[in-house]
Amino acid sequence: MNLFLQYCLSGLSIGSLYALVALGLVLIYRSTRILNFAHGDMATGGTFFAFMILGLTPSFSLAFSLALLFGCLLAMGFYFGILIPAQRRDATLLGQTILTVGLGLIFQGLISYFWGTEPQPFPFPISDTKVYKVGEMVISQLALGAMGVGLFGSLLLYLLVQRTRLGLAMRATSENLPAAQTLGIPTRRVLALSWGLAAVLGVLAGIFLAPALLLDPFFMLEPFLKGFAAAVLGGLNSLPGAIVGGLLLGLAESLAGNYITVAFKNTLAFLVIIIILLIRPEGLLGTEFKERV
Amino acid sequence: MDLIESYKEEMQLVRKPWTRLWIGLLLATLILLPWFGREYWVYVATLIFIYSIGVQGQNILIGYTGQISFGQAGFLAIGAFTFGHLSRLGCPLLINLLAAGLLAGVFGILVGFPSLRLKGPYLAIVTLGFGIAVYQVFVNSEILSGGRMGLTVQKLPPLLGLTQTTTVYYFLFLLAFLFTLASYNLISSFVGRAFIAIRDNDIAAEAMGVNLTRYKLLSFAISSFYTGVQGGLYAMLLGYLEPNMFTFLETITLFVAVIIGGLASVEGSILGAAFVILVPQIFSNIKELVPVVYGLTILIILIFEPLGLSGRWLKIRLYLRMWPFR
Repeated sequence: MNLFLQYCLSGLSIGSLYALVALGLVLIYRSTRILNFAHGDMATGGTFFAFMILGLTPSFSLAFSLALLFGCLLAMGFYFGILIPAQRRDATLLGQTILTVGLGLIFQGLISYFWGTEPQPFPFPISDTKVYKVGEMVISQLALGAMGVGLFGSLLLYLLVQRTRLGLAMRATSENLPAAQTLGIPTRRVLALSWGLAAVLGVLAGIFLAPALLLDPFFMLEPFLKGFAAAVLGGLNSLPGAIVGGLLLGLAESLAGNYITVAFKNTLAFLVIIIILLIRPEGLLGTEFKERV
Repeated sequence: MDLIESYKEEMQLVRKPWTRLWIGLLLATLILLPWFGREYWVYVATLIFIYSIGVQGQNILIGYTGQISFGQAGFLAIGAFTFGHLSRLGCPLLINLLAAGLLAGVFGILVGFPSLRLKGPYLAIVTLGFGIAVYQVFVNSEILSGGRMGLTVQKLPPLLGLTQTTTVYYFLFLLAFLFTLASYNLISSFVGRAFIAIRDNDIAAEAMGVNLTRYKLLSFAISSFYTGVQGGLYAMLLGYLEPNMFTFLETITLFVAVIIGGLASVEGSILGAAFVILVPQIFSNIKELVPVVYGLTILIILIFEPLGLSGRWLKIRLYLRMWPFR
């Protein structure tokens, strides 16, 4: 039983980071209906930026905040510099999604070009060898930090979306774009902010994943795919769904890895998702937009 | 662009005598290439032939039927390893290729089933899951993947007094030609029209009498058949297989080829295949920049030329036909 709780705890810890990645994806999907395939690479870019700053100055908090800012500016730059021109030329939704694939490839290439493809350790103030005992369970400092960041980030996002005027504007924009424009909401700025916010969430997850995974240009690929899966599991247009999906995926992965087989950990997680999707095609908490002919 | 006056004309592959001449010249150049071109170019052309088959398959699924699949690497792996194991057992080559395609096609139907209920990103995640599952099965099963040393596959022996490279070149040229012909015929047949109807609006297509179940599954089956054959041919060319050749990046490469070549276009698929083969060859000194070139090309193409290279090609043709008038 204790072992079971231990597995649950480690699953929730990694799941909260998946939830952060998923939140970033959902934030963009529900406001623009674009799946951001560059999300993982933006997060990688932000993490490498933090790595670079850490080489210049010992202050971790400075590097941390600069990396978040960098990710935010990167995403906003993409929105203003590429997505809006594409929309002016009547790009389709599929086209805009593919644009993010292109952006992801560019980041990936540039990161490998500047920092090399060798895995590097990421200096991090929280260690993953120091452990705490909670009752019978053991949790490492890093896992605790990851869980805290995941929950804290989700809480902040919830407050922002549900309790502020900006959140109201974001919800209005995602609900009905033309109506929001008519009511005088600066939708373009709101959307740019959503992109920036999403990238911040991604970089946050990236920085907390990097110490455990070693830093290389592809280290976010797997977490990104997991976050994507979590977002789909919870429903792509539901923010609570992303959190639920992330935690569930983390749990499923940890339990499957420990009780069944560790080699097929990812496969089993995806199998769970496929089965859930076959029963509920719009995800656990999602409501898919109705389609008319 | 062309005014089509009869059904017979619609069914024709080549409508203008001049086009016939150009195609003839192109084919003649390709046939003569091994005699006059350098061996390196022959090898690159061989790779383009292989890729063009897979990209056409992917284009049938994404471009014509409008179903997104991120599991192409899985089909490639299935095709390649089927081919590898059968050729180790000593089966004849063509049977191996057919089996590689058919097995991938069967898995394609299995993956296609969720597409009856799921759309867009939801379908993408299911196919992605399939790709990852196949990869993990091959990585973790030594019997299937041939262990740590990988699987050695028998290469095509030299035939008819030609060299090894030339034999492979002609064999793949023939296959790529046949598959291209098959794609053109498939697209202009009633099956192709059903695919396009599903892409444009599946509910409307169903109301018009298109059996969604049958045609969606058929599209998945055909697409993965092409991809499986590509995998088999790849195994034959390299003579060596390991699971790490079939990661998510391979899926992305095929996807990039379809987008850059142009959605819903057979010529585009070939151009796209040529693009993803030639760029890494040109940038072989700075391999890291290859994804950057892919990405930038995608951005440029989607903003300025949404129809891809084939759209640009169409415009050039129109311009030349109208010249000097505009």
